[in-house]
Formats: sequence, C-alpha cells, structure tokens
Amino acid sequence: MAEHIIELKGVTKYFGENLIIDNVSFYVNKGEFITFLGPSGCGKTTTLRMIAGFDLPTSGQILLHGEDISSLPPNKRPVNTVFQRYALFPHLNVYENIAFGLKCKRVISTYRNDKGDEYTKKEKLTKKEISAKVQKALEIVDLEGFEKRSISTLSGGQQQRVAIARAIVNEPEILLLDEPLGALDLKMRKEMQIELKKMHDRLGITFIYVTHDQEEALTMSDTIVVMADGVVQQIGTPTKIYNEPSNTFVADFIGESNIFNGTVVGKQKVRFCGKTFDCVDDFELNELVDVVVRPEDIKMCPPEQGTLKGEVISVVFKGIHYEITVQVGKYEVVVQSTESRRVGETIGMCVAPDGIHLMKPKYTTNFFDGVITKHNTVAFANGEFDCDVTQLYPGSHIDEEEYLVTKEGEKIDLTDTQVRVEVGLNDITISDDEDAGGTTGHIISIIYKGDHYRVIVRTGDSDEDEDFVLATEDLWNENDYVSVIIPKEKIKLSLKPKAKEEEA
Amino acid sequence: MKIPRFSRKTLCIPYAVFLLFFVIVPMCVILFYAFTDRQMHFSFSNFLRFFSDPTKLSTIVYSIVIALITTVVCLLIAYPVALILARSKLKKKFVILMLFVLPMWINFVLRVNAIREFFNLLSQAEALAWLESANIFKTIVGMVYDFLPFMVLPLYTTMLKIDDSLYEASADLGGNVFTTFFRITLPLSMPGIMSGVTMVFLPSMTNYVVSDMLGNAKVTIIGKFIYEYFGSDWHMGSMVALVLLIVVFASTLLSGGFKSEENVRGTNI
Repeated sequence: MAEHIIELKGVTKYFGENLIIDNVSFYVNKGEFITFLGPSGCGKTTTLRMIAGFDLPTSGQILLHGEDISSLPPNKRPVNTVFQRYALFPHLNVYENIAFGLKCKRVISTYRNDKGDEYTKKEKLTKKEISAKVQKALEIVDLEGFEKRSISTLSGGQQQRVAIARAIVNEPEILLLDEPLGALDLKMRKEMQIELKKMHDRLGITFIYVTHDQEEALTMSDTIVVMADGVVQQIGTPTKIYNEPSNTFVADFIGESNIFNGTVVGKQKVRFCGKTFDCVDDFELNELVDVVVRPEDIKMCPPEQGTLKGEVISVVFKGIHYEITVQVGKYEVVVQSTESRRVGETIGMCVAPDGIHLMKPKYTTNFFDGVITKHNTVAFANGEFDCDVTQLYPGSHIDEEEYLVTKEGEKIDLTDTQVRVEVGLNDITISDDEDAGGTTGHIISIIYKGDHYRVIVRTGDSDEDEDFVLATEDLWNENDYVSVIIPKEKIKLSLKPKAKEEEA
Repeated sequence: MKIPRFSRKTLCIPYAVFLLFFVIVPMCVILFYAFTDRQMHFSFSNFLRFFSDPTKLSTIVYSIVIALITTVVCLLIAYPVALILARSKLKKKFVILMLFVLPMWINFVLRVNAIREFFNLLSQAEALAWLESANIFKTIVGMVYDFLPFMVLPLYTTMLKIDDSLYEASADLGGNVFTTFFRITLPLSMPGIMSGVTMVFLPSMTNYVVSDMLGNAKVTIIGKFIYEYFGSDWHMGSMVALVLLIVVFASTLLSGGFKSEENVRGTNI
C-alpha cells in the first residue's frame, strides 16, 4: 500500500458565517498526481490554500506523514505553490525569482571539532550550490539563458514556466498548482499539460492540481477529487469518475451526459423514456433512480431495430464526431457518432446494458422546517405561503375567528407551531415576476434531464439559505432571480415530533 | 477666407502662456539678477560672495539636516501605518486614512499657530520648561505634523498595489516575516518611499513659516534667507534661490524622480 503523504480529516472552513468547506476528508498517496475538480466557488482553491498554509481550517486536521500541520505557517511546510496568476516578484529577474526559496533555505550540516565531538550548524546554501540548482530548474522548464531577463519581458507561457521552476527548485515533497494554466491560450495549455505530466513523472514528487476544466483533469490526473458546494462528490481515477459517476452532478460536470428520471422495474431492468432497458446496476424494485447515459454509449441503428426511435432535430459537427440531438416522444436524447444524420430523419437507437448508469437521486422531495403564522399561512425558506392547516389535525376545520377547531371540537391557536413542510419537485413553479410567489431566490444549478430541467433555487442570505429543487420544462439561466410559487394544496404539512409530544 | 481649424494643439495655448510668464520669464529674471551687480553689470561677485561666506554655507547645510531629520521621522511614522492600512481588510480603513489627511484641509498657518500655542501651554509646566528654548525640536515637530500626510499617501497607494499573492509566494518559498519585509515589501514600496521623501524633504528645506513661528526666529533655513534678501538685495537673493534650485535638482536626480512616472505622486485615495 502506498504511503499517505497528506491526509485531510474532517476539515471544515468558514469565512465569517459562510461555510466554504464542509467536513472534507481524503488522503493523497506519495508520488500521485491528484486533481481537485469542480465549478468555481466549490471550495477547491480553499482546500489547496489550507494545505499550503495560507488559510487555516476552522476545524479538522491536515496530516503530513501522519503529523498534524494544520496550524503550521506556510514557510515551515515542505510544500510549494504555483499560483494562479504566477505571483512572480516583479522587481527580481528570472534568476533571482527562482533563487528566492533557496536563499531562504538553511541546511543542517554536521562537523567535527578539534576534540572529535560532532556538532551541527544551520548553514545557508553557497552561491555555487544555488546557481547549480537554478540552472537545473531552468533546464527542466526549458528556459536556459533567461536568467537575466526581467519578468515583465516574458510571455504568459514563459512566466508560467518561471513560476513552476521557482516552486520545484526547492525540491518540495508536494507541489501545489492552483489553476496554473488558466491564463494561457488553448494550444499553449495543451502543451503545458503534457509537459507538466512529464515533469511529474520525472521529478517523482506529489502534485496536487486545482482546475475547473474537466478535460484537463481527465488528461493529467492519477486521481480526481470532484467537489461541489464545499463537499467532496466523488474520488476516483479518471476512468472510474467518467464511467461510473456517483451522482448526477458528477455525471453532468464531467463530460456530456443524458440524464433521465427512471424507475427500476425488475432485476437489472430500468424504465426510462417510456421503454424498458437492461442494465448492470442493482436497485430495489420500483425505486426511483437517476439514469445517466453518455452520448457516445448510444448507438444509432435502423428505426425498426432500436429500443428508442425518434426524429433528428439537430446535427452539430464537433471535429472528431457529430453531436446529434434526437426527439424521442417528449424526451431529447443527445448522441455522439462519427456518422452524420440528416435533420428530420427518423432513426433508432440502442444502448448496451453497461452504458446505462443508475444512481440514487439526490432529490425527490423538498423538506423544510416551517412555522405557522397568525394568518394560518406557513413561513419557511425565507418566505410565507398560503397553506391548508387543517391537514395537521385530521377532520378539523377553521372557524370564523381563524382558530382551528379539531374533530373533537377543541380550539387550537396554531400561531408559532413548528411544522415540517414537504413539497414535491413537480409542484413548484418559478416565475420572473418577483411578487408572484411566496419567496424569491437565485437559480444556482440547472441540469437537463431529457424532457425537463432540474433547477435548484437558493433563497435567503448566505447564512440562512434554503434550496428549492424543482422540475421545469422552461429553460432558465443560472443566477436568474426568480420567485417560487407553490399551490396551496401542494404544501404538505406535518407536526414536528417534538411539537406532537407537547400536544400529547 | 480660410477658417482657422480648431485642433487639439489649440488647447495648449493657455498653459503655454502660463508657462512663459510664470516659469520661463521668472527663471530668466533670476538668472539675470544672480549674475549681475547693483549696476546691472555682469559679474560673478554674488557667486563668490555666497560661497566664501561661512554663514550662508552653514545655513544650507543646516537646512538640509533639518529637512533630513523631518523626512526620516515622517517616514518612520508613516511607513508602518501605511503598511498596516494597505494590508488590512478593514472596511472602514478610509476613515483612519482620512484622519491622517484631514489636517491638510485646515489652513496651514492656523495649524502652525495651534501647535505653537500647544507648546507654549506645555512649557508652562515646570518639568517641560525646557520646551521654551528647544527651537529646533519644536521646528521639527511642527514640520513632521505638517508634512506627514504627504508621506502617508504615496506610501499607502504604492503598498495598495502590491499583490497579496506576492506575500503568500514569499511565505510559501520559506521566507519568514523579516525576509518577506526586506526582500518583497521594502523594494516594492520604494517608489512610494521616493515620492514621499521628495514631497517632504523639499518643502521642509524651504518652508520658513514653520521655523519662524515655532523656532522663535532662531532657526534660519534657506527659504528664510531668500525671503530676507529679497527685501534688500535682489542679486544675492537670486543667487541663493539659484543654489537652492540646483540642490533640489540634484536631490531629485539622486532619488530617481525624473524616471518616467511609475511612481505616481499618489494623492489619489
């Protein structure tokens, strides 16, 4: 078993009131190329900065070789960072930039005095040693002869190389790279990806890489840690993450995916898009599942032979393949193929069992904690909604003074009663008329599921936000400001267990 | 008839006129007076008189020393404050900055008067009676009080421009607090130090209002000298002014003040 060079144990980080990293735990093997992948704001850079020592975890431990380094300052950690914007020292030339770390370094050497006793001394590296190391680092990044150049005269790619040389010259145990290729153009980025990978193989040190570019992550990494909303979604090899995504977020973020709602109808049989398919995943009968099918796993065939049949509605040439969108009933299916099809043509499609991935859906219903107000409405998720409070007590009704009268004829004032609120995915609609609904919020995620979008609306301030998950056929944009509408009869209320006890 | 075309060059005319009458002509007049005698004949006599008179030379040296002390004290007070302010994430830091700049908005003479009265008050106390005759000390305190904002502002604006990631990079590469300060913060704030120094050093060499009012007229700096000569001997006065001009020019040259304007004379907050 490989040695765990660094390990995070239950690391949590708050910035003020904002939860950035939520109980993250994982380890990194020595010599590994590991990538933190996720959309911007998912906490990947913060995780890296905590390993570097620029930010300290609010709670949890960071272990290096099993020793807790959580509170060690950055200059005492055997890690070096390649910064997002390089952070080269503008007043120093290339040589001085690279030599900076070496000049700070003190090596302990052992001497023998006249009596033969051994003693140790902390010493600076000599000019000659520094020069030799800098030369070697420049060779590794292919910048020989640039020693005297000023930083401002270098191109983006060259600055990038200096930044890498400046980090690796210190022979760190771990090299941290914070989206180092983000500022380069596509061609340069591809070249640097390959070079970085080669460098990793040659130097044999552990690389921790942060990126939001899934292709970059798949190309370079031994292991990928997919993050979203400060939580680790999945850890695995690129192949595993691509072929067996653990949830729809990962499936949607990494590569192209068709995501459908499905139902398990038998042993290794799942029904979606109105048809039954064989699959390889085992789930309980009648369980609702998310079905993920990669566009390249769908094979086109003559209409009469395919499980699915539909009309081609668009064909886009993508270089190495065509992206063909097919309308199957009310569902849209995306297929990737090297063969083209005409728009309007009817085609059949089939999917091999191992091309169908089932996963437990993350959301089926929305649950909230709510409070009944004076006017027999319910307040939750930073808003107030009309509801039918009589459902809390079967057989009850509301009298003219707005008191609830139970079956037994007892009057109850419901004001401030704590309730559990349940709202189904399909019972929520959103509108851009801010006053139309009970609460307002921003759309934070949209995932296409074949015939509808699954939208997550986040309401309220950062410290007391509540998310609504809903299904809609309309296309919205991320960050749209919308109001959330729930029909009165669709709000299911139940008394909280504690409240029930008090009543009893 | 040809209509004269309005071009961008036309916009320069007001400034050109200003330049001619208030810069070039006065300079020529000073040059003319400096190198003539009372009969308006060309002569080097002022030049020779100036450099053979020990009191004049010592006044120049004296002015430079006072200005130097003022500048160093200003720098020592302003640098830490500017650094803390520039690096803090305080939302209200402009308020603190404003406290430093605020005195600039109050009449200069009033401020000097105020500090003089303050010293008078202090010297009433027996333990502080020495203040009565501590003319140089009072002059320097007054100058520091007056010129401190001119040091804080350029330092602050320069430090604000230093990217936080550079400090992080230094720490990441093993640099401790001292290394980071001496190898990153100090060199990168040099432009601010330079403009702060020029903005404090030069006025404190010539601004005799402070030295007059706080130094009981016992502290004579070069500005005072020029003022006095222009009451009686314009020729000698012009010569002293010319010498001062050369000293200023030399010190600006030394501090690299003529380099293309990377170092914004930061008054923009």
